[in-house]
This record gives sequence, structure tokens and C-alpha cells, in this order.
Amino acid sequence: MKKEVQKKDIEAGYAAYVKPFTPKPPYLKNCLWAFFTGGSICTLAYLANNLLMEGGMEEKNAQTLVTVGIIMIAQLLTALGPFDTIAKTAGAGVIVPISGFANSMVAPAMEYKKEGIVLGAGAKLFTVAGPVLVCGITAATAAGVIYWIAGLF
Amino acid sequence: MDYLYTFLIGGGICVIGQVLMDRTKLTTPRVLVILVLSGVVLQALQLYEPLVNLAHQGATVPLPGFGYALAKGAIEGAESGIIGVIQGALKATAAGITVAVAWGYLLALCFNPKPPK
Repeated sequence: MKKEVQKKDIEAGYAAYVKPFTPKPPYLKNCLWAFFTGGSICTLAYLANNLLMEGGMEEKNAQTLVTVGIIMIAQLLTALGPFDTIAKTAGAGVIVPISGFANSMVAPAMEYKKEGIVLGAGAKLFTVAGPVLVCGITAATAAGVIYWIAGLF
Repeated sequence: MDYLYTFLIGGGICVIGQVLMDRTKLTTPRVLVILVLSGVVLQALQLYEPLVNLAHQGATVPLPGFGYALAKGAIEGAESGIIGVIQGALKATAAGITVAVAWGYLLALCFNPKPPK
């Protein structure tokens, strides 16, 4: 019992000790960058969507093509290197749009390729995307089941 | 006007993500999961669709839009029965997931990570 208390004390003491040295992120600057890059990506996507529709494409197909395009560009930029540089400044502005999801697949897969192309690259493709897909699909299907049950009555 | 809403809502969602990353101790994967789940929950309550009608890609391109697409697919599938529900979520997002997996895997095999400068 006594030992546990001591351990907690040390943890609290350490937290207090490192606090003055921990760099505080520049909140306002980060938020402005996130706002403008995120907003720009969405606006460009909307513009591309409208141009495709003017070219005679159905809305659903245009939306799909735009999403696919963002994913492909983001992954290519990740593979070639510039994505990291952009993300350092733009932060959530490129992480929160679907580009961040795309980036989170390629980056660890490249990193762990040396562990093999199946259990290295193949498995690490899902380090971040896995949890996102698992939680998303489970929750969405649960919602669908609730609607289905509600529709039975 | 549509472009303005797209910019404001899209940027706004990214700011929410930035605040979650900076002000809380949540790691990035957790933030992404929270954003996707929030899209699922909002669409299950039928609150996300109005945002999509207002902001278009501003609402669908950020990650809550991915959750929205999953939930919308599953809920629309419910009209044709339980099989529709099971197929719905992935059917609605099949293109994005397929490209992200296949194109991403190809790129990961072809390129090596750059050393940080």
C-alpha cells in the first residue's frame, strides 16, 4: 500500500517538474492554419465536383471521383515525402480531411516494409485505418440495425 | 455563396480536430476515430444530412463525412431489410476504401520513407 502511494507521488512530482519545460503548441496559429488549409481543400474538392458535373457527370459519380482523387493525391504526396512537410504546418487542416486517413495508411506501411511485404507493409497499412474502419463500420451498422428494427413496427 | 459555406464548415471541422489534438492528450488515431464516430452518430440522429446540403464537400471531405457516408449507407439499406443493413455501410464507401487500400499498398511497396531533414 505504501509503495503504491509513493509511486503516485513520484508520477505527480514528475508531471509538475516537466510542465515548465513542455513546449506549448501555438494554439491560435495552429487553428488558423488548420482552418485555411482544411477549408481550401474542401472548397477545391467542391470546385472539382462542380466542374465534373458541368462536364455531364452524375452527382454521385462526381462525388466518388473527387474523394478517390483526394485519396490518391494524398497517398502519392506521402510516398514522395512532401505530405509530412505540409502536415507539420497545416496540422489538422490536412489530417482531418480524408487526406489524413489516406496518409495514415501509407506512412506506417512504408516504414515497416522491412518487416516483410505481408506482415510488415500489409499489416501496418491498417495501424490507424484499422481502428477507424472497425469503429466506424460497427457504429454505422448498429445504427442501421436500429433503423431496421424500428421499421418493423 | 455555396463556396463560402463549404470553406467555413470544412475549415471549422478541421479546427475542431486541431483543438482536440492540441488541447487534449488524445493521440491522432483517437482523434480520427472520434471524428468518424461523431459523423456516424450525427447522421443516425439525421443531423449531418442538413450540414451536407449546406456545405457539400465541406462536410463530406473531412472525416465526419466518412462516418456520415457509412451510417447513411447502413440506414438506407435498412429499407430493404437486414441484408441491406449489413451491405450498406461498406457499399456506400467501397470506392474510397478500395482505392485507399490498393493504391496505398502499391505506393508503400514502390517507395521508401524519406529521412527527416
